[in-house]
Amino acid sequence: MNPIGLYIHIPFCNGKCPYCDFYSVTPKSETVENYINAVCKRIDESGRIYNTVYFGGGTPSLIGSDNIAKIMSHISRTPDCEATLECNPSDTGAVNSEFDFSVAAKSGINRISMGLQSADDCERKSLGRRGGCDDVERAIARANAAGIDNISLDLMLGIPNQTEESLKKSIEFCKNSGAKHVSAYILKIEETTPFHKIKDTLCLPDEDATCDLYLFAVKELEKAGFYQYEISNFSQKDFESRHNLKYWRCEEYLGIGASAHSFVDGKRFYYERSIDGFINGNPSVDDGFGGDEEEYIMLALRLSEGLIFENFKRRFSKDISEDLMQKAKELEKHRLARVTNKNISLTVDGFLVSNSVIARLLIES
Amino acid sequence: MAVSKDKIRNFCIIAHIDHGKSTLADRLLEKTKSVALRDMTAQLLDKMDLERERGITIKAHAVKLNYLAEDGEEYVLNLIDTPGHVDFNYEVSRSLAACEGAVLIIDASQGVEAQTLANTYLALDHDLELVPVINKIDLPSADPDRVAAEVEDVIGLDCSEAPRVSAKTGVNIEQVLERIVKDVPAPEANDDLPLRALIFDSVYDSYKGVIVYVRVKEGKIKPGDTMRMMATGAEFTVVETGYMRATIPEPCKELTAGEVGYITASIKTVGDARVGDTVTTVENPASEPLPGYRKVNPMVYCGVYPADGADYENLRDALEKLQLNDAALTYEPETSGALGFGFRCGFLGLLHLEIIQERLEREYDLDLVTTIPSVVYKINLTDGSTVEIDNPTHYPDPATIASCEEPFTDAHIYAPSEYVGAIMDLCQDRRGVFKNMDYITPDRVDIHYELPLNEIIYDFFDSLKSRTRGYASFDYEISDYRRSNLVKLDVLLNGDIVDALSFIIHSEKAYSKARKIAERLKEHIPRQMFEIPIQIGIGGKIIARETVKAMRKDVLAKCYGGDITRKKKLLEKQKEGKKRMRHFGTVEVPQEAFMAVLKLDDND
Repeated sequence: MNPIGLYIHIPFCNGKCPYCDFYSVTPKSETVENYINAVCKRIDESGRIYNTVYFGGGTPSLIGSDNIAKIMSHISRTPDCEATLECNPSDTGAVNSEFDFSVAAKSGINRISMGLQSADDCERKSLGRRGGCDDVERAIARANAAGIDNISLDLMLGIPNQTEESLKKSIEFCKNSGAKHVSAYILKIEETTPFHKIKDTLCLPDEDATCDLYLFAVKELEKAGFYQYEISNFSQKDFESRHNLKYWRCEEYLGIGASAHSFVDGKRFYYERSIDGFINGNPSVDDGFGGDEEEYIMLALRLSEGLIFENFKRRFSKDISEDLMQKAKELEKHRLARVTNKNISLTVDGFLVSNSVIARLLIES
Repeated sequence: MAVSKDKIRNFCIIAHIDHGKSTLADRLLEKTKSVALRDMTAQLLDKMDLERERGITIKAHAVKLNYLAEDGEEYVLNLIDTPGHVDFNYEVSRSLAACEGAVLIIDASQGVEAQTLANTYLALDHDLELVPVINKIDLPSADPDRVAAEVEDVIGLDCSEAPRVSAKTGVNIEQVLERIVKDVPAPEANDDLPLRALIFDSVYDSYKGVIVYVRVKEGKIKPGDTMRMMATGAEFTVVETGYMRATIPEPCKELTAGEVGYITASIKTVGDARVGDTVTTVENPASEPLPGYRKVNPMVYCGVYPADGADYENLRDALEKLQLNDAALTYEPETSGALGFGFRCGFLGLLHLEIIQERLEREYDLDLVTTIPSVVYKINLTDGSTVEIDNPTHYPDPATIASCEEPFTDAHIYAPSEYVGAIMDLCQDRRGVFKNMDYITPDRVDIHYELPLNEIIYDFFDSLKSRTRGYASFDYEISDYRRSNLVKLDVLLNGDIVDALSFIIHSEKAYSKARKIAERLKEHIPRQMFEIPIQIGIGGKIIARETVKAMRKDVLAKCYGGDITRKKKLLEKQKEGKKRMRHFGTVEVPQEAFMAVLKLDDND
């Protein structure tokens, strides 16, 4: 069987960030232990070999380096396997942190992803992030010391009080930190979050300003050596997230943990948002077939490389429809897309309105 | 049971809107015990919900009443309820033609109104005996003496014996029945002549086919006869004849001269039983049809489109069915670049249009988009020919136009004299030509204007009502065509003409209207992926312009642990949203934007 990706969801956080609507709870030691055992059991049962592993959350680092190593020991990996661990700088970078990067590194973790969000401590505070930039610096230094130098930092765009100057500072921080990869997401106020209730008091940049910040980020990140390869993802050459690329290229991955999603053998399924359910061995929920043409196009267009005709043809044994080509050419006139004889891709302006652009391309006329 | 012909009274009730026509009809039914009290719902004859809600009768209805009069004789009273609006004059005229008399109701507080007069003249044209009835005497503001004097004065009708009634409370209703028996003549009827029966209405019934309501003028008809429609030539074998009772039909052996009843003959094809047509028999055909049949010509046209293109066939079926009961409704397929497939529909007037639209939406559950109503313009071309245009899309190249003509109306507005100023302002604003003004009474006037039809088809009556706090009444007749300085306004989105929004307007009004349309569109078109110029032009000349700025971003959510489902759902939502939009080239316009422009009126 072909190696696939493995996503492990660790749904524990020490308190919740006010803008986050991902699934997480405050951990209790017994629960954590049971949860980890359940994860290991599912990995064993999967019987697959993995060429990418991604610990996401929640705060995976919260379960400690030993537990990470324990889980890693259950994963059959290819020699070149990319294994990413999401870390919270406030616990892995704290002066008295117990997290041991060398244990993680020895277990096979070779990539760290960390939420910087902003290098401006005031902005960080307004996002409710615990800890300061010095924690991030310390965490990176410890990871590097343990031999992990493939570091990814998350930035957030359109956050309260953000300006081009402050954003530039954050990007410079990424560059100087030696990070190889940056994810830059535009803050979206989800209805279920505390931010939603107070959004009018937050001094959020308006739509135009937010778009300008995004365009500015794309430009500045490129100057700093991070090339855009996806709507929100930037990296130095050959440091793209191989795991995340699987999502966009419609490749298969197994998701283990409460609320984790999978795409295996052409089928999509997921575990419910319930830690107890997962520990008790509730089966995953069927989510139908995946990887059809529409899905493929929708996901491919999020990448800078876009929809590559040759790949499409190899996968579906046919050409892109004339209708879609026509619509793409129409969008090209408005500088939202680019059409070459090899691919269709969105421009940066197109990325900003990608939902509308993709919907338009995919509606049969 | 056959009744002696001299005991038959065929009559209708005519009145200005809201003077109590349907309520009086209810009381007559009650007094003649035609309907059990427990079955009585208000306005029994107004069968459509729409009729009850709007308080107007849209369709003619008929009912046979048996009445034991004071002279001890039993009479058959055939009541034909007529539609109550100027738009339905033809239907009214056919109902009147089926009668020998008419009860004219006048509101005891409001007195003579526009349609009181219009209907009176129509009744007199048909040589009907008029029975004036002063209604609503229970109202505190009722002044029957004054109103009686007004009727005598304005109409010249003797009101000394006019019953003064309250249809609401039932006071003096017997007097109305007595007057009908005494004043309305019995029909002149000869059963031995070849059959001639006037169709004054027809209703589609899914079990029996078309039910044809007729007044037999001469001859007789029975099941088994072969009936022939003299105008359309269609022939059918009669299945059933009968009388209309208030609640259920009552089949009979035959219908004879002087009677009012119904015929069914498994008629399935629409348009085969047109109001105004004459029914005869193939066995013993009449040589001449009854006078007065005409194919009514619509005065107002607009495009009617299904909001969802998939409903096109349903819309066609619905129009077909409505047309069965409504000879005045015309429709033919048309295609709009903006709205897809639909129909160009012709109506008698704006109320007619609104009613059809509402019935399509309610009774047939269709979601519609209608274009701006248009009248029929005559365009004289430089080559000497003339074309008639009811659709702005067909407006010729301005370079080929020598002159334009538009229909004018002769309009009368009746109102308390204190509103003369407001009314004249309105008429002036609508390019009216003042003719004269008569004082009907010291404080009520009849203002006579000539008004272009295209200025009154849309919202004139609403404006009039609001300026006169509802006290004005209005009636009009098409008079002639006049030279006029017309232009066609085009709406361009992103440089492309949106055909459905084009319309013809007087040049004086073009600029202000263009500005309003542009503003309205800007308000209602959401930001899209790119900037959308909105332009309003006459020919190639742009006279108003707005811009909808481009939307710069839509939601860019982080993809959570490979949760593609979320993204797919979002995509489906977006696609759904886009489907509800109207597409003009690359521009998407929500339905509301259309409606906002189409509903643009004076107050904007």
